[in-house]
Amino acid sequence: MIPVLLIVIPLVSGLLAFLIKQEKNVKVWSLLTSLVTMVVAILGIAVFHKPEYLHTDVAWLPNLNSSFSLTMDGMSKLLCLLTGIAYPGIFIATWHSTYKNPHQFYALMLLMQTGLLGVFVASDALLFYFFWELALIPAYFLCSIWGGERRVAVTFKFFIYTFVGSLLMLVGIIWVYMHTPDHSFAMTSFYKVNLPGNTQGWLFWLFFLAFAIKIPLWPFHTWQPDTYEQSPTAVTMVLSGIMVKMGVFGILRWLAPVLPVGLWGYGDPAASMCVIGMIYASVVAMQQDDLKRLVAYSSIAHMGLMGLAIFVTSSIGIQGVMIQMFNHGINIIGMWIVVELIERQFGTRKMSELGGLAQQAPSLAIMLVVVSLANVALPLTNAFIGEFMMFNGVFSSKASNYHYIFMVVGGISIILSAIYTLNMIQKVFYGNTSSLTANARDIRVNEKFVLAVLLIGIVIMGVYPKPMIEATKHAVDAIYSKMFIKLP
Amino acid sequence: MNAIVISAVLGVVMMFCGVFTNSKPAVRFVAIIGLLGLLIANVLDMGGYHFFNVNVNGMLAFDIFGLLFNTIAFAATWIYFLLSGRDMERVGVNLAEYFALIFFVLCGIAIVSAFNSLLMLFLGIEIISIPLYILTGSDKRNLKSNEAALKYFLMGAFSTGIMLMGITLLYGAKGSFNMEVIRSGTTTLTPMLAAGLLLLLFAMSFKVSAVPFHFWTPDAYDGAPTVFTSFMATIVKVAGFIAFIRLFEGCFGEVHKQWQLLAAIITAATLFIGNITAVFQQSVKRMLSYSSIAQAGFMLFALVAMNETAKEGLIFYAAAYSLATIGIFAVLLKMKDYTFEGFNGLAKRQPVLAATNTIFLLSLAGIPATAGFWAKFYMLSAAINNGNVMWLVIVGVLCAAVSVYYYFRVIQAMYFKDGEPQEIETSRGFKGLLIVIAAVVVLLGIFPHWLINQLYSFFYL
Repeated sequence: MIPVLLIVIPLVSGLLAFLIKQEKNVKVWSLLTSLVTMVVAILGIAVFHKPEYLHTDVAWLPNLNSSFSLTMDGMSKLLCLLTGIAYPGIFIATWHSTYKNPHQFYALMLLMQTGLLGVFVASDALLFYFFWELALIPAYFLCSIWGGERRVAVTFKFFIYTFVGSLLMLVGIIWVYMHTPDHSFAMTSFYKVNLPGNTQGWLFWLFFLAFAIKIPLWPFHTWQPDTYEQSPTAVTMVLSGIMVKMGVFGILRWLAPVLPVGLWGYGDPAASMCVIGMIYASVVAMQQDDLKRLVAYSSIAHMGLMGLAIFVTSSIGIQGVMIQMFNHGINIIGMWIVVELIERQFGTRKMSELGGLAQQAPSLAIMLVVVSLANVALPLTNAFIGEFMMFNGVFSSKASNYHYIFMVVGGISIILSAIYTLNMIQKVFYGNTSSLTANARDIRVNEKFVLAVLLIGIVIMGVYPKPMIEATKHAVDAIYSKMFIKLP
Repeated sequence: MNAIVISAVLGVVMMFCGVFTNSKPAVRFVAIIGLLGLLIANVLDMGGYHFFNVNVNGMLAFDIFGLLFNTIAFAATWIYFLLSGRDMERVGVNLAEYFALIFFVLCGIAIVSAFNSLLMLFLGIEIISIPLYILTGSDKRNLKSNEAALKYFLMGAFSTGIMLMGITLLYGAKGSFNMEVIRSGTTTLTPMLAAGLLLLLFAMSFKVSAVPFHFWTPDAYDGAPTVFTSFMATIVKVAGFIAFIRLFEGCFGEVHKQWQLLAAIITAATLFIGNITAVFQQSVKRMLSYSSIAQAGFMLFALVAMNETAKEGLIFYAAAYSLATIGIFAVLLKMKDYTFEGFNGLAKRQPVLAATNTIFLLSLAGIPATAGFWAKFYMLSAAINNGNVMWLVIVGVLCAAVSVYYYFRVIQAMYFKDGEPQEIETSRGFKGLLIVIAAVVVLLGIFPHWLINQLYSFFYL
């Protein structure tokens, strides 16, 4: 029941939002329905534990043995929670942004939420593919209509990139489907498939490409900085906070347990790509003057670390990835909110034109510093525990032959991330005030509210991560056991 | 049998209709009602109500596959009449004749979907082709239309010759025109059989405009009056595939491997050339011509895979592709400027047209939740199920990704580019119909089996 509600509420409210023409009303409407979605997600996690509440199975395509089957298990709970929390947060934080045709904007945002939640709860491969693609269509229109100057070309690149990956994944899905014992798209049947090693090898790459483009891993990342830069910030928040998690989630849910031999066999090349990407993105981030691009590249580096932790295959690393998926979502949205506030006030995102903001806007400065420190995974912030577990996983990996090298190189990228983040703080908030920042105002109440909630969350999760570790423990064990059953 | 007889009679009726009345709405009305009758008669044929019991000596075989295809072709034509019937008036004065010719084409389609003898195949293909030559050249004062008709006729006649040659050689090898005789018995690859097979494969490839036999297509489609391009590129084209499948199905079993590789190469070439060339087009009409080649490449998957999934999929593909393309052409017909720039800013002026057009384009691109996704899904499944042609599957999906480029260019023009929108006159009925078709495309995209299951359960429970 819960997962159905999670999909139906944003879908219906999104379709209705097309009809609400007044800007104010549609904003209130979207905020309210997203709050309802959030409450439902929280209820599904905290109150209704029984499996019958969290699982739905309706006949959909009996000829193909595919059903409309939704399940909320450990990992999807966390991501549903993230999606549920993020949306109201984004709506509140961008409350003062104005869009032409606001009803279409908010309607598409809500439809995108449907697709995202669908991806996270689908437990049928075909249904998963459906939602995977459907999340992309609203994103395409959102970025292309409301984005920056180069929006059309940039978004198009993004769309084609991800579409190529998706289609290759579709081929992989159909292939696995043909070889399931009961000829079914159900997740349980997919987990039962035991394909020969070399078949798993090339199937791995079909799936991997789709997920790697989405995450994005080097060298498939080229769509990402442009798209993040050109999209309206509310959309960028959804893309970087939630949508890229689809890729990591896809690997953990549909790749690792289905094709573990392929993952083991090609784990090292894939992990090398992640590591190269981390260093590359960090170095590029250091050269950036544009705040949005800086955050975009830092996001590539962080997502690369998650990929690395998965491809070296250790249970603690995977658990770290799950926790980090949630935390990275929170942190990056926080970063975007700050960037958006700066851009809206000063009309520029160039660090060289800013400076000395700390005196003028102390609250903003505090917020940015905390979010940035969380982003570099300082102890006592939420990202620390996730990154620590991931590095622990890399260090103790038995699957990879080169895990020490990965460990060292990955560690360097963390140092680099500290360099560019602190550099950014220094340039934007300290030093001399420029002509632009001389008359800066501090932030509004609604923005303060969202950021304050984020900060409290960051600190609480950083100091007391036990609930998250426990919540993900079961999910990790489930995935890990499924992987080991099939190993020779 | 119902469809063959009634469509031929309706063709004659339409010809005389032009003699008795000059009123264009009346002619159109007769055609629409007549086609509806034809559609119903064919559906009844599926249910076992045969109006005509003619002894055809085994030259025709009416199976559910062919009849189902007829139903889809007739339904698509009916929609096409409703959407674009008014635009035929602008081509020339002989409205009744145009309708008559289309009914003759439908008669040919009913024959090729049921042929059981190579002679009937030849007859059906010819009955389809000859009215099309005329329709292509029906804009008599337009030089391009004349050129297209002549080109189409010359190339068509040439390929018909090749086809006859192939049939003759096959007859020499097997001693019969009858498909059952040809299917039965052992087949060894004698030179005569191989030559006959190859010639037939080439001739049919020409009819469905597969690469490298596609050169006539863009010119003929571009030169023909747009309203007839819509008909040629959809219903007629998929009819060619039905004939193709029927011809090669179960046939030449032992030499399957040999011709399958050739068919796979033709398929890959068709996909590649069709998609890549479509990218470089400046006119939407010409882009749709190349897109029809590209889509033909996907339909050829059915020929390569040759299993039950492929046959079912082809029927579905026919429906999905025809619906979407007819819809786009109907909108295109209302425009004066056929370039991509002509679509600039359409969403502001005509939101309904733009929105429905977007759904059709998404369907052609194969995005989930539209009928086109399942069409591609079935073709991919069929080919993957076959197992021997994984390389073709990969080529197919990469080409599908390329197709997104040119389909989305239209969407971009409509939604993201500002421009002086053209004056477009549309009636409320036209918009309503477009919305209905778009809804059907989406419904088929979410419940692809619903329609077919309904039909099956209606007749077989």
